Amino acid sequence: MILIVVEHANGKASKSTYELVTAARGLHREGGVTALVLGSGVASVASGAALIADQVLVADSPELAQYDPEVWAAAVAQIATEGEAHTILIAGSRSGREYSPRVAVKLDAPLLEDVISLKDEGGVLQAEHYTFLARVTERIEAEGPMAIVTVKPGAFAAATPGSTASDQFDVDLILPKRRLTITGRTQEKSGRISLTEADIVVSGGRGVGSAEGFTQLVEGLANQLGAAIGATRAVVDADWRPYSEQVGQTGKTVQPKAYIAIGISGAVQHLSGMNKSKCIVAINKDAEAPIFKIADYGIVGDVKEIVPAIIQELRK
Amino acid sequence: MRILTLIRQVLDAEESVRVRNGTVDLESSKLVMDAMDEYGVEEALRLRERGADAEIIALAIAPVRAEDALRTALAMGADRGIHVVTDVALDAIALSAVVAQIARAEQAELIFCGGQQADWDSHALGAATAERLQWPQATWTNALELNGTVLTGKHEADEGSESFELSLPAVVTTQQGLNEPRYPTLPNIMKSKKKEIRKETLDAFGVAPKLKVTGVEIQVKERLKKILDGKDATAAASQLVQLLRDEARVIS
Ligand SMILES: Cc1cc2nc3c(=O)[nH]c(=O)nc-3n(C[C@H](O)[C@H](O)[C@H](O)COP(=O)(O)OP(=O)(O)OC[C@H]3O[C@@H](n4cnc5c(N)ncnc54)[C@H](O)[C@@H]3O)c2cc1C
Repeated sequence: MILIVVEHANGKASKSTYELVTAARGLHREGGVTALVLGSGVASVASGAALIADQVLVADSPELAQYDPEVWAAAVAQIATEGEAHTILIAGSRSGREYSPRVAVKLDAPLLEDVISLKDEGGVLQAEHYTFLARVTERIEAEGPMAIVTVKPGAFAAATPGSTASDQFDVDLILPKRRLTITGRTQEKSGRISLTEADIVVSGGRGVGSAEGFTQLVEGLANQLGAAIGATRAVVDADWRPYSEQVGQTGKTVQPKAYIAIGISGAVQHLSGMNKSKCIVAINKDAEAPIFKIADYGIVGDVKEIVPAIIQELRK
Repeated sequence: MRILTLIRQVLDAEESVRVRNGTVDLESSKLVMDAMDEYGVEEALRLRERGADAEIIALAIAPVRAEDALRTALAMGADRGIHVVTDVALDAIALSAVVAQIARAEQAELIFCGGQQADWDSHALGAATAERLQWPQATWTNALELNGTVLTGKHEADEGSESFELSLPAVVTTQQGLNEPRYPTLPNIMKSKKKEIRKETLDAFGVAPKLKVTGVEIQVKERLKKILDGKDATAAASQLVQLLRDEARVIS
């Protein structure tokens, strides 16, 4: 049995869950795909999961209302042991990548992290993932039977739900005490389309000159295109934009159809968060800026002149 | 109290990666202590400067050359180093078994680890170590304070940030914003040369890799590199928009 851990928010399975199903089906293993739903008041999540998995296990308990790395790891390890799972797929979100190593240690299993491909070659799991700030593709292998895999968001197509629901089973878990007490939360808020899911990302760097420059140029162009907004760390450090918009090693990873970089130099830490974008567009006054080395289209010029001209052109 | 800070030696950010004989060739490149690990060393020093009675130990499980990175940590102010010398590339789950054994032997109460180091892009070492020690963890930490044995701080979660509280012993993984790592001063570099780095061999720990790396590849996506001159802003803008519409078909 392959176990996938359902990632969900607001009563719905996230896109990453559908991607896990695709990755799991690709292994063509016997026993089908079992989805595990952890949470409180998750009936709607479970019925959604029943349309994509062969069986759904539901642990619905107030104790599971909020994510905790130790609680999640204990829950997943327990289910895996009892149900004799042989491969566990977890979304490569921040939380997934945080608790999955604990599951691997508990089960004395290998961890294949943030994979972009996955297959089973005679019982050996083979996968690829990025290393060296996403500049290198590494091929890794783990002997079965038990392995933990985190799946990079966006790397697999989302599975299409079927029309018949599979069976759901309630499970009781013995959960450990929480030791990480969360005393406050600041939710990322943005009325916009999500940075990691947008088709177009317009991203600004220090070259836009100021917070006002950012609003005028980057936000202006993004509004025109219905795009999400990204930023470099330099911009976030200067407090021109919130951290939630940062793209790169210590920010978000994006892979849009088009990434438009405005006044961004192209430091390796930034590139690691966007170098897999399908089409990269750069506007920079320095023809030697590293960003042009990975650009499909670009303009060498002052963003204060070029970007307003582009907005003007789009309005025509 | 003893604080263990984990160190990896990685490519300098300015260096390009090269692949040779099926692995990433590091031998002819400039190597440095990982920037995410620097945050950990710096934070340990700051906890001490704010009053914690702490001995700070820098730990590397890496080839001989990684001694340079350990020396950097000592020059920043760590008290001593432990270097488990090995050429075996251990994955995070295997490596955590070594770290946990050392943490126990040294009776460490706090471990710092980079949130994601620039060589293996892994997030797993901190959490795996915490599990082996049966300690709690806080990951992607960007603010930290220690009061007695209670750590409070802030960290990045899936959507937004959280304030947390945690009792020692614990593992903390770092994130940008935690601090601004100091540069080693010349006198401190001189002093660090006399600091102890204890060498150990990997055999003593009885661990084996759980993953096999079967190949590496630099997959460069061919980029069109159609770069226009922007001297005439209006003309360049109009040409770019046309290319994005008609050729790339990414905008309508
Ligand atoms: C551990 C670590 C993690 C990091 N993580 C990240 C990360 O997640 N994301 C990230 O972005 N960075 C990250 N960085 C920082 C990274 O190294 C760079 O410092 C940063 O990306 C630079 O941002 P920038 O391109 O906006 O600024 P700069 O490098 O200063 O570039 C500004 C660019 O704007 C151009 N310019 C200036 N004026 C104009 C104008 N009028 N018109 C046109 N062009 C103009 C310049 O030619 C230049 O190329 C990290 C660094 C470290 C050490």
